[in-house]
Formats: sequence, C-alpha cells, structure tokens
Amino acid sequence: MSQWYMLTLVGKDQLGIVAKVTTALYKGGCNLGEASMLRLGGNFTIMLMVSYEGDNKQLYDLLKEVVRELNLHLHIDVIEGHLHQHRDPEVRITVHGADRAGIVAQVTSVLTEAGLNILDLESDVGGNTNNPFYIMHIEGIATQGIAQLSQALQQLLATQHPDLKVQLEPIETLVM
Amino acid sequence: MSLLEILTYPDPRLKTISAPVTEFDAKLQAFLIDLENTMRAGPGGVGIAAPQVGCFQRIVLLDVSSKPKIKHHGNLVLINPEITQWEGFEIGREGCMSVPDYTGNVIRAQYLHLMAQDQHGIQHEYDMEGFEARAIQHELDHLDGLLFIDRLVSRRHDLFRRKVYVSIQTQPHLSSEKAIDR
Repeated sequence: MSQWYMLTLVGKDQLGIVAKVTTALYKGGCNLGEASMLRLGGNFTIMLMVSYEGDNKQLYDLLKEVVRELNLHLHIDVIEGHLHQHRDPEVRITVHGADRAGIVAQVTSVLTEAGLNILDLESDVGGNTNNPFYIMHIEGIATQGIAQLSQALQQLLATQHPDLKVQLEPIETLVM
Repeated sequence: MSLLEILTYPDPRLKTISAPVTEFDAKLQAFLIDLENTMRAGPGGVGIAAPQVGCFQRIVLLDVSSKPKIKHHGNLVLINPEITQWEGFEIGREGCMSVPDYTGNVIRAQYLHLMAQDQHGIQHEYDMEGFEARAIQHELDHLDGLLFIDRLVSRRHDLFRRKVYVSIQTQPHLSSEKAIDR
C-alpha cells in the first residue's frame, strides 16, 4: 500500500539537482505527484509529492547518496495527499512597490479578512541593492466575492501604503 | 436524447486532424443534436468540437451567450470553419472537457474574422472578439489535433501584460508626485 510523502529539498543551486533527485526516486520505485521547484535567492528549492510503498527511513535511504553529493537539506513528511483536486483561482492580485518590511503581512492580512483563500503566491525582490522593489502575484478564491477584496485593498492603500501599486483582476477560466 | 462519450487526454485520437464536411445530410443533422446535448451537459457547456466525441470532421458548436456582458453571436453551428484574419493577443486561462482537472494560460488572438458554413452548408462570416474569439480558437485547435495544453504559457510568469480590470489606487495626493501638464 503506497503512502504519500511531502519531500522538501533545499540547497545551493547547481546543475542536475532535479535529474539526480528524481532519478534516485524513480529507481527506488517512487511515483511523483504535484511539485513546485524553483530557484530562490541562489538556492534551488523543491517541494515534491512522492508516493512510495516503503517507510520514511527507506525513502530517506533512497536519497541519502544524492543528498550528500549535492549538499542538499532534505525533509520528509508523511502527508494525506490527493491528486485530481485542483481548484481554479478566481482572482489575481499583483502588488509592487519600494521594498520594505511588512508588505506581505499587511496585504495578505486584509485579503484574508476579506475572504481570500490563497492558492498560489510568488514574490520577488527586483531592482538593485540601493533601490530594491518588491513584487508579488497572488492567485486565489474570493470566498466573499471580488468586490470585498477590492474594497479591503483600497482601504489599506488609502490608510497605510499610498505608494504601493496594486492590481486586482478576475480570472475567467474558459472551460470548453 | 443521447450523450456522446468524450475522449480525454492522453487518448491519441485527440491528435487526429479532422476532415472537411462535404455532406449536409440527415445524418449530420442528427449528429449535431447529439453533439449539442453533449456540449450542454459538460462542465463549461459553451463549446464543443466533433473530434472530442471521436467524430473526425470539421464541426464546432459554440454558444457563449450564457456569459454576461460580452459580445457574441449566440448559438452557432460552425462547419468547416476558417479564421481568415486575426489581431491582438491576450493571455487567458482555459480548461477543456477532454483535459479534466487541469487549467492553464494560453495566448490567443483578441479579434478575428471567421468564415464557416452552417448546418445546411450556407457560408457565413463573423467578426469575433474576446471570450467568443478565444472559444473558437480553442475549438478550431481540436480540428487540427491540438489541445490547449499544447499551447501553454507559464503559470508563474506573465509574458505579456494582461488586460487590467481593476487598478486599485488612491487619489494622487502624494506631495512627491510631479504635477501633470494639462
């Protein structure tokens, strides 16, 4: 009986991390599910759903060698995983402005209060050391409607962040 | 009323290039009724192409009229459809009865001119835009053995600026802001 695991792997970015990690898993009899893999600040990060018949220790052993070779941090969790349960986002919010502490906390707090369920958030720091800017894209489900989110953001900008640029747009998925 | 079985990816038959319709006979009319029922029973219910039910002929049904506040031509039977002109591009999210549990971003033309025959073989021309234009491009791809997953662009990074629906900005009251020439 297979069990779903969530693997977290992080290490200095270098050529071949994905190929080597997934080859070790494949050879060990694992089946991969949904994954997110990306480079963050010079590190390569992997969050990976893996279905495997063995236990936590056996899964760790499959990756032991490649993790040592590539100098990766590995973390394994048993999870209750399900495939084929995607939810389509209804709204997309883009925020950007001069980088400072608190943008994500404040923006997401008011959005949460206004009913936003975040499905996907990616953010980045651009610009240069002297003039960094922060940019964030959020996709989610507006459980209380899009107007609520718009109102909440408007209020936040008016009271605390007049210079932040925020766009909100419905995502209309054409299902044919 | 009978519902036809929808082929789903990775069924290789979805890659078939469909043949033009030449006979506008009773058999075609009967098939169109079944095809429409199948379309209306689907999750989106706004369009279907004949190859999705394993009939490899250049037939598309389209009806985006249920969507509020858009330009459209109502319920359309489009046989041997051909896009003769297109303009602009836009990213939008698409899903498909033949690709369950997955949606993705696809670039499509915003405006197009379409020529197609109706169920009796009479030629018509349409100027389409927005949602309806996106829908016909999605369906026309089926006739050429293509799915929207053959045209995906990154979910993470927008290559093109999308149409902005709501820009949330406070009034320009910042003192640092330059005066705007009038």
